[in-house]
Amino acid sequence: MSDTAAQPREEEADGADDPEQPANDAVDTPAAGPVSTGAESVVAALEAAGAETAFGVQGGAIMPVYDALYSSSINHVTMAHEQGAAHAADAYGVVAGEPGLCLATSGPGATNLVTGIADADMDSDAMLALTGQVPTEFVGNDAFQETDTVGVTRPITKHNYFADGADTVGDTVGEAFELARAGRPGPTLVDLPKDVTQDETDRTPGPASPPAGTDPDPNADADAVQEAARAIERAERPLCLFGGGVIKADASDAARTFARANGVPVVTTMPGIGSFPEDDDLCLSWAGMHGTGYANMAITHTDCLIAVGTRFDDRLTGGIDTFAPEAELVHIDIDPAEISKNVYADYPLIGDAKRVLEQLTAAVSEAPDAEAWRDQCTEWKETYPLTYATPDDEPLKPQFVVEAFDEATDDDTIVTTGVGQHQMWASQFWTYTEPRTWVSSHGLGTMGYGVPAAVGARVAANAMDEADRDVICFDGDGSFLMTMQELSVAVRENLDLTIAVLNNEYIGMVRQWQDAFYEGRHMASDYTWMPEFDKLAEAFGALGLRVDDYDEVAPAIEEALDYEGPVVIDFHVDPEENVLPMVPSGGANGQFATAEDQL
Amino acid sequence: MSGESSASAPGADAAADDRPMPGEQPAPEERAHPAGRRNLEGIRIDPVVEAEHEPRRAVISALVEDEPGVLARVSGLVSRRQFNIESLTVGPTTVDGHSRITMVVEETDPGIDQIEKQMAKLKPVISVGEVAGDAVTSELVLLKVRGEDPAAVQAVTEMYDGRTVDAGPETITVELTGHKSGIDNAIGAFERFGIVEIARTGPTALARGNTPTAPGEKPGTAGEPTTHDSS
Repeated sequence: MSDTAAQPREEEADGADDPEQPANDAVDTPAAGPVSTGAESVVAALEAAGAETAFGVQGGAIMPVYDALYSSSINHVTMAHEQGAAHAADAYGVVAGEPGLCLATSGPGATNLVTGIADADMDSDAMLALTGQVPTEFVGNDAFQETDTVGVTRPITKHNYFADGADTVGDTVGEAFELARAGRPGPTLVDLPKDVTQDETDRTPGPASPPAGTDPDPNADADAVQEAARAIERAERPLCLFGGGVIKADASDAARTFARANGVPVVTTMPGIGSFPEDDDLCLSWAGMHGTGYANMAITHTDCLIAVGTRFDDRLTGGIDTFAPEAELVHIDIDPAEISKNVYADYPLIGDAKRVLEQLTAAVSEAPDAEAWRDQCTEWKETYPLTYATPDDEPLKPQFVVEAFDEATDDDTIVTTGVGQHQMWASQFWTYTEPRTWVSSHGLGTMGYGVPAAVGARVAANAMDEADRDVICFDGDGSFLMTMQELSVAVRENLDLTIAVLNNEYIGMVRQWQDAFYEGRHMASDYTWMPEFDKLAEAFGALGLRVDDYDEVAPAIEEALDYEGPVVIDFHVDPEENVLPMVPSGGANGQFATAEDQL
Repeated sequence: MSGESSASAPGADAAADDRPMPGEQPAPEERAHPAGRRNLEGIRIDPVVEAEHEPRRAVISALVEDEPGVLARVSGLVSRRQFNIESLTVGPTTVDGHSRITMVVEETDPGIDQIEKQMAKLKPVISVGEVAGDAVTSELVLLKVRGEDPAAVQAVTEMYDGRTVDAGPETITVELTGHKSGIDNAIGAFERFGIVEIARTGPTALARGNTPTAPGEKPGTAGEPTTHDSS
């Protein structure tokens, strides 16, 4: 996207092809003095907001901003593709707990960001995207690399801005950054016409705050909390449902305190993985289409569901008519629009997850009498464990690979994934105990999320002085092919991460559905040929390994974890393995299938 | 989750593992299921309280910041979330930078609730709410009919308190304002002349008396923000 040749303005040609520029880190001190251009004002706003890292791709219309980044304290990671920049920023934000930041130029640069912005929107991840735009006077004329970026991204951002002048652009960027993390987090975007960033200004942006009315009261209504507490006290089969909002609100400690103090079993959603330790006796792991049988049994039979920071996605609820059909619902959420959107909330508590859980913990005066219910949940765990067969005469099972990695790594290891079967196995067969260790694409289901997310997660861990944490990306062969070019970034930046491709030479989840619902017609899901990913990794400059058998798994993992830098292990796994259990689309959670013939 | 299946050689572990394998676990029909159900709106079905909701017509009024794209944001929201919308009007208020959007929708109560909540999330929306049922509503229609019988057209126009705004040898254009039902009746009456073209604005609305049209709005202040004390 960095083609500047046809830019409408002459002066831009100058310097565009400058051969060697000294590395960014040659200049250590941030520009603390007064700004002189719109672009410098943008960067000053980012620094003032605390942004430490940006991911992006250069290009004609965003060049002034990059030029201002040259002398900034912000660490810029140049990605191979703008989609990778958006996913890396998103994952960075998930791990660091700060808004991620990504940059792209106008036109194709901006449209390439779209998938990543939509992904962040669906998963309520705080992120700021800055896009270059053609100069204001050319807007609307179909100029070179012009796209109506504000129009394109309007439905997938919390709010987006079209910068209208050099004097205001810094404040706009500061506001957009704050809005991304205010209330329910989400992506924001500022479109930056080139004249706005090039024009002179002496306006140094002031302290930023989110727009009026977007930073809601963190406390829930006190009376409503009392009513919910009474419902919880009288429950016989209470159940906590912790969603991604628990993690975003840094409410994991409050959630653990609440559940343990009241002896309430816990299920999570997929984005909520890590909010509650999966090795805790109270934990039933995650519910939904491929959730555990015991989580789905519990959610089906509970009489009081205490849901925190979840939007009741259809992959969680299955058919609404059979979702927690006998439960009174206590719903804690920062976004009033999520209350009773999909499932009616008997006790809506609008506020910050952490704050409201603390309120609720204080308000429940007597833990519910739920010993029999807890025993029932334990019995379900024994009846419906996650298992898989490992016959000697069959190919390597992908679940085994996930378990082997889990065993070889510490609890603070960060796992990223693409989307598909490998994602489900990575979430089912790894025991997550800490928040912000599970980084995946949930709502949008973006194949290809895993590799750029691993880059973003690694950079975040390093920025947090946690370079000793492992970062593992579980990817599918299909997902890996979509964004594997970001491996070049991992090599260039010498990022210590391991990509485990669970290679079944299928779009495996589609193949599984074709077998279950389309009489086995493998239309466009069967890759008859796949590149050799280990050799591809070597070509990129990474360490490439290939594993076909059980006894190669542990040594390969050990070699990968010992290696300082990016590694790709191409695990050739059983192509016919299916993800189970499974609640068919729109089905009842309690009627999950545990075998293919039950679908 | 990893349980006993260790990461070393699988063979021995598989044999030692006596947990039920996926296919050996109780099948769906062998499991106990609660009798309860929820309706399409996610509400637990209570045999005593009928929980089904019928769509109804509602007027939603929003006070918005008049910034570029605000109408696109509102209309985009309506289409993206599949709200049934009958009309949408927008116009300036007497406060600089503030506009009023009036929307007529046909939705269930939970649907109306969602429209209000989703609109409230839009950054330029200052306040939004359903206008109470007894609100003053009015719409404007421009109606171009064939002009062969000017006297008869004039009579019907007067009958419906309309006004002739353009008269030529072939067509006559009249302007009508009022409540939806009155306008529907008038259009029926004009049909015998032959309607050439029609343009309707859709209703716009204000709450009666001291009731604020959008929540938090101070009546009698022509839409100044709620923090503004005008008394």
